[in-house]
Amino acid sequence: MRDTSTIKDMREAMVTAIVDLAAEHKDVVLLDADLTSCLASLKFEELYPERFFNCGIAEANMVGISAGLSSMGFTPFAHTFGCFASRRTFDQFFLSVGYAKQVVHLIGTDPGVTAQLNGGTHMPFEDIALMRQVPGVIVIEPSDGQSCYELTLQAYASGKTSYTRIPRKGITHRYPVGTKFTLGKGIELASGKDVAIVATGEVLVNESAKALELLKAQGIDATLIDLHTIKPLDEELLSTIAKRCSKVLVCENGRYAGGVGEAIAAFYAKTNPVKMDFLNVGEQFGEVGKLPYLQGVFGFTADNIARKAALLAR
Amino acid sequence: MLDASLKKSLEEKALRLRELTILEIAHLGSGHIGGSMSIIEALTYLYYKAMNIDPANPHKEDRDRFVCSKGHAGPAVYATLADKGYFPMDWLNTLNQGGTNLPSHCDMNKTPGIDFTTGSLGQGTSAAVGIALGQRLKGQKAYTYLMIGDGESQEGQVWEAAEAAAQFKLDNLIAFTDLNGQQLDGYTKDIMCMDNLDLRYKGFNWDVQSINGHDFDEIAAAIEHAKSVKGKPHMIILHTIKSKGFAPGEGVKSNHSMAFGIDVANQAIAKLKEEAAK
Repeated sequence: MRDTSTIKDMREAMVTAIVDLAAEHKDVVLLDADLTSCLASLKFEELYPERFFNCGIAEANMVGISAGLSSMGFTPFAHTFGCFASRRTFDQFFLSVGYAKQVVHLIGTDPGVTAQLNGGTHMPFEDIALMRQVPGVIVIEPSDGQSCYELTLQAYASGKTSYTRIPRKGITHRYPVGTKFTLGKGIELASGKDVAIVATGEVLVNESAKALELLKAQGIDATLIDLHTIKPLDEELLSTIAKRCSKVLVCENGRYAGGVGEAIAAFYAKTNPVKMDFLNVGEQFGEVGKLPYLQGVFGFTADNIARKAALLAR
Repeated sequence: MLDASLKKSLEEKALRLRELTILEIAHLGSGHIGGSMSIIEALTYLYYKAMNIDPANPHKEDRDRFVCSKGHAGPAVYATLADKGYFPMDWLNTLNQGGTNLPSHCDMNKTPGIDFTTGSLGQGTSAAVGIALGQRLKGQKAYTYLMIGDGESQEGQVWEAAEAAAQFKLDNLIAFTDLNGQQLDGYTKDIMCMDNLDLRYKGFNWDVQSINGHDFDEIAAAIEHAKSVKGKPHMIILHTIKSKGFAPGEGVKSNHSMAFGIDVANQAIAKLKEEAAK
């Protein structure tokens, strides 16, 4: 058990988990694609130089090499920006990893608007949809440092391939050390009866938590779920909140098509249809800017979440 | 030079593998005959001489590994594996049938003896780099053998893997390019020219040799030489003939995948044996 409360950013939370795994498991190797500073991978390289491979600016090759290493009994973690980890390596991840039944833990940093100053070219809105297409792959988006650390350990222990999307800079310390996390099980942060907000990732869970206060001021008692595991869906929890609230708003830092909202809508459509609304980037491409600006552009703000939730609740 | 009796036995084996490959595809009625026939000598030498493998224990930890990145040459690999005893010979008659263990493209989770799944061209090259790295990381004295198509070499991933293999100094990676000069749509020179492959790999700091891919003496010498060169990955360019030994396909533009039945197969095999007897 490690306390991550003094860790300075999400990349450090992630690499700390990988380093801790490597200390215990000789099969753990790390590959990067010329973005070692973006995951703080150098911390791993210093400790385990023989188990670290910088593959250069060739992401598809990195994923293929990871697959080969997996076939030799190693457990590769491989990192690049989320846009490249998903769009650029998709065929390699789908076939050499997924179809070939290899186990690789792919990390895509700076999901959605957190790509900020790298702009629209580097803004992965579709990584969730792409990764959901690969049978058996676990898709994770932790909302804070402690859950990032713990869920990474659990992804390794699962023996299954995973994709984790995290911002590299900044960190939220939401959960204290000792919090029980379970891969595939969302966390209920508030249990109101009027409307349920299901959010994924740091930005939208944070804004949704602030929105709860705004809603309370309007007399609306909301549920909030931190859905840190996107695939497999926590169907049990989703059923529970649908029965309680019958109105569900899904907030994600990505695109609707193939994303979290669509996955949840499909689940409700066949089980317990509820009134829904969605917060996502819709049909837009990304653009450059600092996080507060981009949150404004896409409506990823507490005000907007509260507005949408209130409309749904009425 | 190979010992005369060894060479003779390899030539007999190659003839046998060609016969099995032709019959395997004829039984189905169509398949990737061209690129299967061009790599028969390489497969024969690898599986009957060069590789440290055990058909009774396909997952032997420290074995040499073979990645057929041109995964559509599966039929030739399956004929080889069946003849080696990895699985019953009658499996060859199930090629591409529903539920088969021998799919069109190589699948490590279905076919005993297949070391990596391939089919999307270029991907086997990166996997082979990962396997060779893994062998070194485990301290194994094992080799990774990799077969790449010349048409396949139009894929950018082949060159990403090539730069990584050189950077990581993978001298336990021995790759072949099956330079048969043809691809699905016709001749590589007309579609996307693959001239100067030797210079390309030399430029990537590989140890490079160019040989007749149907000559066992040359294949043996090239592998021996490759093993003597340290600190670099090895490329052995095999000058080959697409559809070699299957007369209806030799010299034919559209011989990548051909439809033929048992009568054509038997005629081709009779001709092949007749020529071998000369």
